[in-house]
Amino acid sequence: MTVFVLRRLAQTLLVLFVTSVLVFGGLYLVGDPVEILVNPTADQIEKDRARAALGLDKPVLEQYWIFLKGTASGNLGDSFVYARPALEVIFERMPATLELAVLAMLIAIAIGIPLGLYAGLRPNGWGARAIMAGSILGFSLPTFWVGLMLILVFAVTLGWLPSTGRGPTSEFLGMQLSILHWEGLRHALLPAANLALLKLSLITRLTRAQVREQSLLDYIRFARAKGLSRTRVVGVHLLKNILIPLVTVIGLELGSVIAYAIVTETIFAWPGMGKLVIDSIFQLDRPVVVAYLMVVVFMFIVINLVVDILYSVLDPRVRLSEAKG
Amino acid sequence: MIGRLARWLPALALALAAGTVSAQNLTIGLSTPITTLDPHFHNLSPNNAMARHVFETLVRTDEAQRKLPGLAESWKALSDTEWEIKLRKGVKWHDGSEFTADDVIATFKRVPGVPNSPASFAVFVRQITSIDALDKHTLRLKTATAHPLLPSDLSSVLILPKSVAETAKTEDFNSGKAMIGTGPFRFAEYVAGDRVAFTRNDAYWGKKPHWAKVQFKMITSAPARVAALLAGDVQMIENVPTADIPKLKKDARVALSSAVSNRLIYLHMDSGRETNSPFVTTADGKPMEANPLRDPRVRRAISKMIDRDAIASRIMEGQSVPAGQLLAEQFFGTSQKLKAEKYDPAGAKKLLAEAGYPNGFGLTLHAPNNRYINDAAIAQAIAQFLTRNGIQTKLETMPSNVFFSRGSKLEFSFLLAGWGAESGDTSSPLRSLLGTYDRAAGMGAANRGRFSDAGLDALITTALTTIDDTKRGLMLAAASEKAIELMGLVPVHYEVSTWGTRKGLSYRARADQYTLAYDVVPAK
Repeated sequence: MTVFVLRRLAQTLLVLFVTSVLVFGGLYLVGDPVEILVNPTADQIEKDRARAALGLDKPVLEQYWIFLKGTASGNLGDSFVYARPALEVIFERMPATLELAVLAMLIAIAIGIPLGLYAGLRPNGWGARAIMAGSILGFSLPTFWVGLMLILVFAVTLGWLPSTGRGPTSEFLGMQLSILHWEGLRHALLPAANLALLKLSLITRLTRAQVREQSLLDYIRFARAKGLSRTRVVGVHLLKNILIPLVTVIGLELGSVIAYAIVTETIFAWPGMGKLVIDSIFQLDRPVVVAYLMVVVFMFIVINLVVDILYSVLDPRVRLSEAKG
Repeated sequence: MIGRLARWLPALALALAAGTVSAQNLTIGLSTPITTLDPHFHNLSPNNAMARHVFETLVRTDEAQRKLPGLAESWKALSDTEWEIKLRKGVKWHDGSEFTADDVIATFKRVPGVPNSPASFAVFVRQITSIDALDKHTLRLKTATAHPLLPSDLSSVLILPKSVAETAKTEDFNSGKAMIGTGPFRFAEYVAGDRVAFTRNDAYWGKKPHWAKVQFKMITSAPARVAALLAGDVQMIENVPTADIPKLKKDARVALSSAVSNRLIYLHMDSGRETNSPFVTTADGKPMEANPLRDPRVRRAISKMIDRDAIASRIMEGQSVPAGQLLAEQFFGTSQKLKAEKYDPAGAKKLLAEAGYPNGFGLTLHAPNNRYINDAAIAQAIAQFLTRNGIQTKLETMPSNVFFSRGSKLEFSFLLAGWGAESGDTSSPLRSLLGTYDRAAGMGAANRGRFSDAGLDALITTALTTIDDTKRGLMLAAASEKAIELMGLVPVHYEVSTWGTRKGLSYRARADQYTLAYDVVPAK
């Protein structure tokens, strides 16, 4: 176990290094940040001043070296736009994205697993067919369009929920969260639902497939033959076994919801990390983009590790030392 | 089950519906996120507009960019290089202290040296060599050379109290600590990337705003911004997307306010390279040594090939005005003689033949696709007009962060871009787009076609040092005429900026595209 975690850590460092090289180089090739940051009417003198102020007048390798030296001391560079440490800018926006992602995932799990169970246990009923058809829609409709439809129906036409933005926040465990109040929750419902739809479809289909597969296995038959109640068969024996693949998928999907909430955040003007990184890419704010992607890569690696450990807890047959990271 | 649900629906709807909006509160949806509240850190329109709620300039500009007294009651040139400014008396800062000449001097000291500024305001104080207070409300400014644009520069520098100007860092503004101005609103709240809120300053020296509380929300997605207006979550939005305009005109819940802006959309052609311009080919796509774009007749032909009225009505939904010069004719320094070029395929053909290209040639048009209103669609239409009339034109659009870098490296032969004349007069586009590229003189900074004409340069330089407004206006008009005669660039249209408000409100639509809460008024 210890060896396993250590090996993972070494791999993590390598992956982070490669990420930083790729993103740094890629953004350097895209264009000159000064052309975007300065006022469009600026003259040559002002452009040169800005270039020097942001350290962009040095050769690219030297710029990267400065970045690496900073990284070693925990500073990933200052944002060009905000003139503050890039990590600080990102962590300021993180709680907004986290609360939205967690809410979306909770919605997806709370609705997806029961729907999947139902569809898996009664595979030929009309209800199951309707659920499966709905999940296909959930997969294939573009997030952007669904978001606008949600706004159109619930905000513009019915006027039940706010169409945009985040509600008032309050401090919780050192983070500014909004979903702990009714007003904040009202603001979060539509974007969370929009973000949840795709994951909900995924969890529904996965649960159904697992139920269908496991129902035919011997242990279920034995349990039934032993005369256990249906509730117990499904609720204990079946659910426990289908949870293993579900935990993996939910873990990884949580990562992707956090990292790629960009479209939803843009449509609902949700001030999270996704919106920040899109703005930063357009403004070529290299330090923020590099830091963001490094944070995201790190997050995925940690989630993977947690999933692997949970796996070994849920399934005694899995040994971590054998799993090649 | 459904029946039971239906009975609960009204109650649910009530529970979900928000509290009613007070008539004294205003919420505005912005299209571009602001990046800072420091008024001297990042010179961009959205930041400048936001800062104008709390801080003020010596010289104010109205919706048509005419200069009005602000914190200065008057300004006049004593000689070519000396100015006297009389300050307004009895103005109070938000902390209750009195506004004096010392505040202005301290502010001008701070401006050039704001650390790590990505786009500084230094250019607006660069010409000033000395600034002295004759008494508490009189300033004497000296410039190195004659600088008639000083009042225009003064309209870009927001004034801080001395105590703030000498000590405050950029983060002190973002936290609200240093947000002490003289303006019509006091600072209330700022959440980066999300919202800014203000409360009315009841001690304001000028006309008090109608609104007690104002909130700005940053809603970058255009459809979402329109939806927020329709849902009543905001009472005004800026940059109404053209596609929604016909629908909104018919909607009883909203009203539109628009104005011709100071932004010109134009085409730049490679008039610098004598041979081997990177994207010029023969009509059948083979490399071509000669550069036809150097010939003014060819550039005029390109102008005649464009049906500007079709672009205005079909692509812009009427939200643009076909252009014949650098700024719409109500602005300072424009010529009354210059009208938008008529669509004239026959004339274009004749000019091409005269220039020695009866069978046309090949070209690629480069344009941004996320910077100006419908930029990619306009570029597409222009490429088609040219191809139809004998210049085989390919099109390549890209995000602006790539486009401007490549354009400034002169990687294009033919490009579409826009220019907002922030000073509200033609000296700005003449100097930056058409002056011969010269770093020391600050000429031609955005001249990505490297157009160069000694006669025009002389006209611009003289105009830029003529203090007398009437004379300068005439010189700038003459320079505009010469630039258009030589087709240093091909003007396409002036953008019209449109704001949408809830019915019962209207906005004093501005040429500088600023969104200002104190200009939102209940409709008469």
